[in-house]
Amino acid sequence: MAKKVLMKGNEAIAEAAIKSGCLYFFGYPITPQTEISEYMAKRMPKVGGLCLQAESEISAINMVMGAAASGTRCLTSSSSPGVSLKSEGISYIVGCDLPCVIVNVQRGGPGLGGIQPSQQDYYQATKANGHGDEQIIVLAPASVQEMAQLTSEAFDLADIYRMPAMILADGALGQMMEPVDFELTSKREIPEKTWATNGTEGKRPKNIINSLYMNPNDLEDSIIARYKRYDEVAEKETKYEEYKCDDADIVIVSYGITARICKTAIAAARAKGIKVGLLRPITLWPYPKKPLLKLADSAKHFLVVELNMGQMVDDVKVATECKKPVSFFGRTGGVIPSPADVLAEIEKIAGGLN
Amino acid sequence: MVVFDRPKSLSPVPFHYCPGCTHGIVHRLVAEALDELDICGKAVGIAPVGCSVFAYNYFECDMIEAAHGRAPAVATGVKRTHPDNIVFTYQGDGDLAAIGTAETVHVGARGENITIIFINNCIYGMTGGQMAPTTLPGQVTTTSPYGRDRRIQGSPIHVCEMLSTLDGVAYAERVAVNTVPNIKKAKKAIVKAFQNQIDKKGLSIVEVLSTCPTNWGMTPEAALKWVETDMIPFYPLGVYKDTDVKLLNPTSTKEGN
Repeated sequence: MAKKVLMKGNEAIAEAAIKSGCLYFFGYPITPQTEISEYMAKRMPKVGGLCLQAESEISAINMVMGAAASGTRCLTSSSSPGVSLKSEGISYIVGCDLPCVIVNVQRGGPGLGGIQPSQQDYYQATKANGHGDEQIIVLAPASVQEMAQLTSEAFDLADIYRMPAMILADGALGQMMEPVDFELTSKREIPEKTWATNGTEGKRPKNIINSLYMNPNDLEDSIIARYKRYDEVAEKETKYEEYKCDDADIVIVSYGITARICKTAIAAARAKGIKVGLLRPITLWPYPKKPLLKLADSAKHFLVVELNMGQMVDDVKVATECKKPVSFFGRTGGVIPSPADVLAEIEKIAGGLN
Repeated sequence: MVVFDRPKSLSPVPFHYCPGCTHGIVHRLVAEALDELDICGKAVGIAPVGCSVFAYNYFECDMIEAAHGRAPAVATGVKRTHPDNIVFTYQGDGDLAAIGTAETVHVGARGENITIIFINNCIYGMTGGQMAPTTLPGQVTTTSPYGRDRRIQGSPIHVCEMLSTLDGVAYAERVAVNTVPNIKKAKKAIVKAFQNQIDKKGLSIVEVLSTCPTNWGMTPEAALKWVETDMIPFYPLGVYKDTDVKLLNPTSTKEGN
């Protein structure tokens, strides 16, 4: 039986990164993820690594670009406004096919917004991290254990597919404490980084890390090749949890901390005889389209629950091919709904079904 | 006997630079320095957006193309994870002194053990002759068509003078490549800037006053003269800082912590 440690979500991310062989962290303080920087600042010197506080998020993501280009596992973390600053760098990193892990412990927006938990960066993370045709892997933990586990998996996915992977968490997960078992970390086979710019030593032709193409046909070819890789990621790496969906008339689609609120609401609804289940995307990209399409045959209604104004609704409609009605319930700006709020929505829908 | 040949660190491809532009001279000097110090195999060059954006085609070492202004941050990422590599950036004035000012100042503050080759030609070349942070007072550009007016567009930045105030900057020298004697001095400065990195002395920057005949609207010859008559009086050549900051902030993580 592995030893469990009681930790904050943010600390679990940091420790999992180190345990996954990431010895370089570049960041800039911002609430509610600063514990990651602080943990790294304490731990990295002890394990022969480096925690470097950059002058800005822009600089931090570019330090990550340099470290990743030279073949090193590295991490940066921030929260919503800071991730916006990183978007330029993320686009370049995607264009250069570099692996790295980026953490976004989301807070309320837009603008400076607030410091309470939110899921308002769903669109940004899954559809628009930066300019250009681009995609990154997005993992949405729902517990402190998953904060650790998915961080570890993110490093492997990034290295295997040569693309950034993001942990899209929220302020609640970052701040709450739960037991973590670090034995569960990912240990996949990683291809050798023969493309890295770490000196030719006169033994090979030079490596070039670059996202610039003057010939539009070459640029198009590079994008098409990258999108083929994205297809492979979607085929092999889509992750989700199905909870009580077998007999469900109503399927809630919810991720992260919100999915846990939904589970409590589902228990209450089932006690009242309403058949409700949950489809929890663990990868927000690639999105679990197939299981949702399958559920569209058995379920009568989908309910999307998020801490935003309904950013995931369109993805559910597309995945289910609009076969069944899709409703939305959410709170935003850092407000968290109670299980009773979700139950009320379930009962409203159930009333309409009968 | 071969008396003049292409440096091994310079790729055998033609430059894309305009006639009379001195980027080619500076590229050659950098390549000669890499050859003479025998560091091409360890070198990683970073050229961000600007006329030198294609530098990855011209040097035989590993190369990274960075976002506009971000080369010093990218270089930090390379050097901190690979302290034994020789890391240099090759940046223009808009890149280094406008959009990348924060990155420039902070590699200086941190005393990153890297080498910066800074091309100052008082203008944005790649985008076709707009005002740069180093554009001289009164200088006509496409975005200062009546001449740079300090009351409206502010004053030029003296990069070497500014950076030399930072503890982490080991070496800052301004050179020019408008005459043969100046080219020889520039070569010496560039070699020193790389040698400093080998000796782990801290940040070294060589500011090279360079020409842009196309966007200055001059013949190559007139451009070389303009460096002498207008640029050098405003940006005096010389060593602004020469020290050893390795005890302040060594790059190796083990030593650093």
